[in-house]
Parts: sequence; structure tokens; C-alpha cells
Amino acid sequence: MSFTIKKHGEVCVVDVDGQLIVGNRQELKQKVLDELERGERRFLVDFSQTGYIDSSGLGVLVSLAKKVRESGGEFRLSSLNDDLRTLFELTKLDTLFQIATSRDAGLAAF
Amino acid sequence: MDLPHDSGFPIDVRVPTDVRLIEPLVGLVTRQCAVRQLSPRACNLRVPVALTEALSNAMLYGNREDRSLSVRLRARLDEVSLVLEVVDEGTGFDMEACTIDPTGPEHLEREDGRGLFLMRTLMDRVERFTDGGNVVRLTLHRA
Repeated sequence: MSFTIKKHGEVCVVDVDGQLIVGNRQELKQKVLDELERGERRFLVDFSQTGYIDSSGLGVLVSLAKKVRESGGEFRLSSLNDDLRTLFELTKLDTLFQIATSRDAGLAAF
Repeated sequence: MDLPHDSGFPIDVRVPTDVRLIEPLVGLVTRQCAVRQLSPRACNLRVPVALTEALSNAMLYGNREDRSLSVRLRARLDEVSLVLEVVDEGTGFDMEACTIDPTGPEHLEREDGRGLFLMRTLMDRVERFTDGGNVVRLTLHRA
């Protein structure tokens, strides 16, 4: 499990490799907040390498989206597999987030 | 700590309260579910998410993150269903009283409150009872 952040132009792309769950959610939150503190305003969280997400992970995404939005930024998601998309649909979080089918589509949407 | 090797069902393991142990515990169960040909949707979504919720509830709210307390996980799978039981040493909670719908527009931007909803949505049955500790039993039928 790891989180890496790389700049693609004006966008910080966050790769979630493994699970996003109660045991590691704070690490993701702190990494994104650190970038926000540095002045970054565009974030794309990519889930192409992600296994599953629990309610704590979903909660962190909701929290980060709110903080980024309040700072005048944009927080988007990309590359949900069928299982993860179902999770977002069940929780209706697919209506809260802008979700791109791929990383490239997500980057192009900013 | 070392978890038991993948030796099949039934699984019966007791671990200290430490959320870092949740992922390997869930992996232990889901690998065996895959070996026993539970559906990919069950192995990749239903079981790992619901079991993670049950284990994190037991550690964070049941045992209140007290590392001196333990959580026990029992799991069995037969031709009909998968049964997972998570036992903590806390004082328990009234599951029936937790009726908040986190998908309602007024709750959608809340950071918390989705755990029980996910267990109920992803499993066929969720029960809570007392049996040498507070037990949450998750049941998922094969078909």
C-alpha cells in the first residue's frame, strides 16, 4: 500500500496503490493537505491500482474534496474499476465527485 | 505480529487492537474465499469492505483503541454461505438504533457514518449478539 503524488502540469495526480482503509487514510489525507498548503489547487486521485476502499477511505475523500473546494480548488477522481464504481454508486458518492473513466480523461477535464 | 498461514477455513484468530492488522486479516479471509470459488464480486468488494468495517468498528468503537484488548475473527465457508464473526471486548452498541441513511442529501458530505450501512448493503445478513464478547456476525450466501 502506498500513495504517490506527481505533478502533471498544473494537476497533482495521487496514485492509490493497494487499499484505502482505516489503517492508512490519514497518510493520504496528510499528503494532500501538505500539497494544498504548498499552494496546489488541482488534484486528481487515480484508483487504477487500488483494491478496495472502506468507509474511512470514502470519508477522507469527502473531507479532502470539501477542503480543496473551500480553498478554491478542484478535486477529482479517476479509473474506478467495476467494484469501486459500485461502491460509489451504493453510497451515492458518485453524485458528489466528478469521476473520470481514465487518468488521461481526468487530466483533460481540468 | 504473525498471522496464521493460509490453511483454509475455518479461520479462528485473535489479534490485539491495532488497525494496521486489519488489512492482513482481511487478506487472509479473501484469499481463502477465492480458493473456494466465491464470486469475484464477493472476493473483491463485498467481503473485504464489510469485514474491514466490522474489524475497524470492533477496534475503534468496541475496544476504544485499547491495545491491551483483543479482537477475535472467526470465519467459515461451506456450500451455502460464508459466515464471519468479529468479537470485541467492549460494551457493545445498539445496532438497531443506527438507522441513519448516509446516502441522503443531508448526510452525503459527512466524513463518517457509512460503516454499518456498507455492512448491511454488502452482506445478506448482519447480526449483533453477546457470546463471550460483543459479536457482529456477517453472512453472505453463495448464490
